[in-house]
Amino acid sequence: MPFIPHTTDDVREMLAAIGAPDTEALFDEIPAELRSRALEAIPTALTEMEVGRLMSERAARDGRPLNFIGAGAYEHHVPAAVWAIVTRGEYYSAYTPYQAEASQGTLQLLYEYQSMMTSLTGMEASNASLYDGATALAEACLMAVRANRRSRSQRILVPASVHPAYRKVVQAVAGNQNLAFDLLPYDPRGGHTTVGSLEKYRGQDITALVIQQPNFFGTLEDVDALTDWAHEAGMLVIAVVNPVSLALLKPPGEWGTKGVDIVCGEGQPLGVPLSSGGPYFGFMTTRMEHIRQMPGRIVGRTVDLDGRPGFTLTLQAREQHIRRSKATSNICTNQGLLVTAATIYMSIVGPRGLAQVAAASMQRSAELVEALVAVPGVRLAFDRPRFHEAVLLLDRPVRGVLEALAARGIIGGCDLSADYPALANALLVCATETRTPADIAAYAGALADVMKNAAAA
Amino acid sequence: MSNVPADLRFLKSHEWARLESDGTITVGISDHAQQALGDLVFVEVPDAGRRVAAGEACAVVESVKAASDVYSPVGGEIVAGNTGLGGTPELINQDPYGGGWIMRVRPDDKAQFAALLDAKAYEAALAAETH
Repeated sequence: MPFIPHTTDDVREMLAAIGAPDTEALFDEIPAELRSRALEAIPTALTEMEVGRLMSERAARDGRPLNFIGAGAYEHHVPAAVWAIVTRGEYYSAYTPYQAEASQGTLQLLYEYQSMMTSLTGMEASNASLYDGATALAEACLMAVRANRRSRSQRILVPASVHPAYRKVVQAVAGNQNLAFDLLPYDPRGGHTTVGSLEKYRGQDITALVIQQPNFFGTLEDVDALTDWAHEAGMLVIAVVNPVSLALLKPPGEWGTKGVDIVCGEGQPLGVPLSSGGPYFGFMTTRMEHIRQMPGRIVGRTVDLDGRPGFTLTLQAREQHIRRSKATSNICTNQGLLVTAATIYMSIVGPRGLAQVAAASMQRSAELVEALVAVPGVRLAFDRPRFHEAVLLLDRPVRGVLEALAARGIIGGCDLSADYPALANALLVCATETRTPADIAAYAGALADVMKNAAAA
Repeated sequence: MSNVPADLRFLKSHEWARLESDGTITVGISDHAQQALGDLVFVEVPDAGRRVAAGEACAVVESVKAASDVYSPVGGEIVAGNTGLGGTPELINQDPYGGGWIMRVRPDDKAQFAALLDAKAYEAALAAETH
C-alpha cells in the first residue's frame, strides 16, 4: 500500500475533472498577503540515517543525570513488558476507535482502563482519557459549571497550592469562557488550604472548589473537611489527584461524607516514561448523575444481535460530531496509546504492586528529606504530612545551587522562586521508588559540598 | 403523518405550548419532533424557579441518534419541570402531548403566547420543511 494517498496522475486527473490548471489555483481566493510563504527556517531534508545520528548525538548531550524533580511528572519504573505489549501492531494507534466492528480489542482495553480508573478514584464512571492533567482540570471546571445547576456564578475557588502550570492552563482554556477563578492562599506553616480561608465565601454563589491531593508542594490537604464545607455551601468539588498516590490514600469518591463530584489528573505516573513534557494523558472520573456533562469518549459494554457481549462507544450524543457547538467539549482523543500503556502497567503491577510503588516512593522521599535537611542552610518549609515530594528552603538563591548540582550530574529539583516569591528560596524535591539509598546519599553529599563552597546570599 | 392537535400552539423549532386555566403554559415537543428524533434515552428538564427568555434553550432531549435543545416559547418563570421524564424519557415518544410534557412556564407577557403558530400554520411549516 502506498503511503502517499494520491499520485501525480491522480492529482492531474482530479484537477482536469474540475477544470483547474494546478493545485495552486485552488487557493487563489485567499489574498496573497495572507498566504504563508516558503518556510525559510526549515532546514533541508535529512536522510533517516542522518536524523538517527543527529538524535543520538543530542541525546548523549543530556547525559544520564540523577533526577530529583517531580512537580507533576514522575519517574517510575516501567516494567519492560508494558511497552513491548503496547507497541504490538494490534494496539499501536493513538486514536480511540469509532468502528466497533473493527476495534473490539482496543475498545475492551479502554473499557478495562475505565473500570480501573473508577475503582482507583472511588467514582462511578470514567471517560477514555483527556489530553493531559492540566487540560483535564480545565475540562473539569467547565464540566462543573454545566453540572452545578444551583449555581449561576461560574466562579471557582482554586487554591494556590494547586500546580501553577495547571492554574495557567485553566485560565487560558476556561478564562475566555466567562469562568472566574478565586485564588485561595496556602497556610504558611502547613503548606495546605485551610477551611478558615474558605469562610469569607460563605453565603456567596460559588460553582466549585478545586482540591489537589497531594498538592503541588507534596503536602496532604485536609480533604474531608474541605469537601464537606464546599458541599454544605452548594459547591461541587473537583479533585486533582496523582493516580499512584491513590493506592495508599483515601480515594476522592470517599472524601468527606459524600465524596467529590469530579476527579481528574495526570496519568503519566502509570507506565508513561518522562519525555520532555509529553505526550502524557489526562484522566477524568465522575458520578453517574453527572455523566452527560463529562467530556470525551466513553466506552460501554453491550450485547450484539445474537446476545454476545461486546464493546462500543456510548453516550455519543454529548460529543462534537452530533452536538456540534453545544458538545460537552471539543477535545480530541489521541492519547489512546498512553492510555494503553497505563492499562497494561496497572494490570502488570496490580493493586498490590501499585501500593508498593506508592509506599516505596513515600519512604524514599522521607529519606531524601531527612538527608537534605541535615545539610547546613537547608530546612523543611512545611510541617504537614506529605506523599513523595517536599519543599525545602535554602539560605541562598536556588538557581545557583541547581546549576552547581547539574554540573555534578544531579538534577536537584524544581525552583519555586518565580511561582511562589513569598517562599523566597524554595526548592521542590521528589524521590520515587527509582531512587536508591546510594542516589540519595550522592545528592546529600553533593548538596553539602555545593552549600559549603558558596557563601550564603 | 404526524398528529398536530388543533387546540395547541407551536414553534417552528417543533415545541408545542398549551395555555392552562391557571395562566401557566405547558411546553413539550411535537409528535413530528419525537418521530424525527427516534427513541428518547434522556431528557434534561429545567428547575422550577429559573427565569427564561422567549427562545432560550432550557431543556435537552437526547435520543439514540441526536441531542437537541428545547426552547421556551415565552419569557417568564419555570414553575415546574417534568422530573418524571428522568426515569421514563420514552413518555415523550408514547404521549408527546400528554405525559411527555417537559415544563410549565408562567409567562411575563401573554401576548407572546398568542403570537405563536396555530396548528394550521405549524402544519404548513411542516409541509414546507419536507418539500
